[in-house]
Amino acid sequence: MGELILQAKHLGISFGGLKAVDDFNIEIKAGELVGLIGPNGAGKTTVFNLLTGVYAPTEGAFFLCGEKMNGKKTHQVVQSGIARTFQNIRLFKSMTVLENVMVAYGMSIKYKIPGAIFRMGSYFKEEAEYREKALDLLKIFDLDDKADYIADNLPYGQQRKLEIARALATGMKLLLLDEPAAGMNPTETADLLRCINIIRERFGIAILLIEHDMSLVMKICERIVVIDYGVTIAQGLPEEIASNQRVIAAYLGADEEEEDVPC
Amino acid sequence: MGTQVSIFIQQIINGLKIGSVYALVALGYTMVYGIIRLINFAHGDFIMVGSYVLLYTIPIMVACGLPAWTAIILAVTACAAVGVTVEKVAYKPVREKGTKMSALITAIAMSLFLENLAQTVFGASPKPVGTIFSFPNLELAGIKLNGNTMLTIAIGVVMMIALQLFVKKTKMGKAMRAVSEDGEAAILMGINKNRTISITFAIGSALAAVASLMYCASYPQATPTLGSMLGLKAFIAAVLGGIGIIPGAMLGGIVVGLVESLTKAYIGTLTGGVITSAFSDAIVFGILIVVLIVKPSGILGKNVGEKV
Repeated sequence: MGELILQAKHLGISFGGLKAVDDFNIEIKAGELVGLIGPNGAGKTTVFNLLTGVYAPTEGAFFLCGEKMNGKKTHQVVQSGIARTFQNIRLFKSMTVLENVMVAYGMSIKYKIPGAIFRMGSYFKEEAEYREKALDLLKIFDLDDKADYIADNLPYGQQRKLEIARALATGMKLLLLDEPAAGMNPTETADLLRCINIIRERFGIAILLIEHDMSLVMKICERIVVIDYGVTIAQGLPEEIASNQRVIAAYLGADEEEEDVPC
Repeated sequence: MGTQVSIFIQQIINGLKIGSVYALVALGYTMVYGIIRLINFAHGDFIMVGSYVLLYTIPIMVACGLPAWTAIILAVTACAAVGVTVEKVAYKPVREKGTKMSALITAIAMSLFLENLAQTVFGASPKPVGTIFSFPNLELAGIKLNGNTMLTIAIGVVMMIALQLFVKKTKMGKAMRAVSEDGEAAILMGINKNRTISITFAIGSALAAVASLMYCASYPQATPTLGSMLGLKAFIAAVLGGIGIIPGAMLGGIVVGLVESLTKAYIGTLTGGVITSAFSDAIVFGILIVVLIVKPSGILGKNVGEKV
């Protein structure tokens, strides 16, 4: 595997007396896809909020390519190379598909406002360059022919894909996907799977995935981390996780007579 | 008949002139509302700041041998600085700690503060602003057109086109739209939200400075309360067009300007003197109420349900 992208050491956060995440440790290398699972309210999204600087950790630290990320503001964390998608889609709805992606490319566009006024030539050149790049990215997701559509008018599955494309446009090294398959039909999920695989091949980035669709998680993740009540209860290969008693107990409840199966 | 048509066209042009002033001011309201969901009641007073800057810098510019309108550069700079400072000092701390209501009250407080400060510093009596530009009058198809009025309309149109291009085409403009749609998601795209808000205030206030130039070209007097009524009507224009929507502010400004101008000219004759032109403001407000009953989100606004 490639270089170490993300390293979290004893990461934790308390809200008042409640430890939402406690002693969270993870290492993800370039090209690796790690799943983060756990029952509802286990603290998965809180982990994402910690890793993007939305919450400041009360304990521990995390590093991106060896650079300490604690204490950075969210937009700085993103500029350093961590991007995410949301559980509920949060596109810039009234902007076009292309504009959504270009906004994310925005921060790597070098020109400043005075430059935009006084050096129109280089401005148009750069703008055109990023337009091309954005279109290339949309092509991977089969969205290039819809570049001028208003984002809100896309079907659900395509909005999800656009959100991933937009996150990719930030030029990140670590991509956090928050339930990308939520609410998708099987065809859309299969398409999503294909896209995730293309992303891994093309960009060689590290991905941390929160997902409730267990068949998806088992199929694509190299490793899985399971948390419950903010505590990491298991970590390992998919087959190890599938047979781990603590994981089964966390999902099904400790009472063995219960027969509900997580879906 | 010919003179009547000519008068009517004159009134339309007058309406467009004051309407383009309202439109520029309304843009400031709408941009700030779009990005932080705050009605910046102090925005009208930024025009007042602009007019005092013009008042004091025009003589300097003329003394330096420059044309009077170059004073606008200083007015724009001063207004942008005031706007950004008000945002940083007054609104940002309240926005981060308090509720929307406390931010709104702070905005009203800032408006009163600026007006009273101006009164203390410059005195309450109106002061004449020097001639900004004098453009020769035109005559087109037998209709006399006031040169300054036409120039004012032209400046307004140019500013609106420039703003539209900025918002649509530039990186910063896209960032502004992104923050106004979903601030949190915008931050997670690497956008510096606070910087974007500052730039929005700077641009809004700069437009207020240009509006003060346009206004003072027709009504060359600076008073501490110059911005209150002008600001209020521009706010109405912004709501009328659909608050938060940039083209809406432009449309709203023009509509309010035209309605005001035409009521002033014709309401007396139309109602046989029962309602006089003194009611023109009441009529403008009345139209706002009617539009908001029929279409609560404004002319260009989309009716959206509450977010769940």
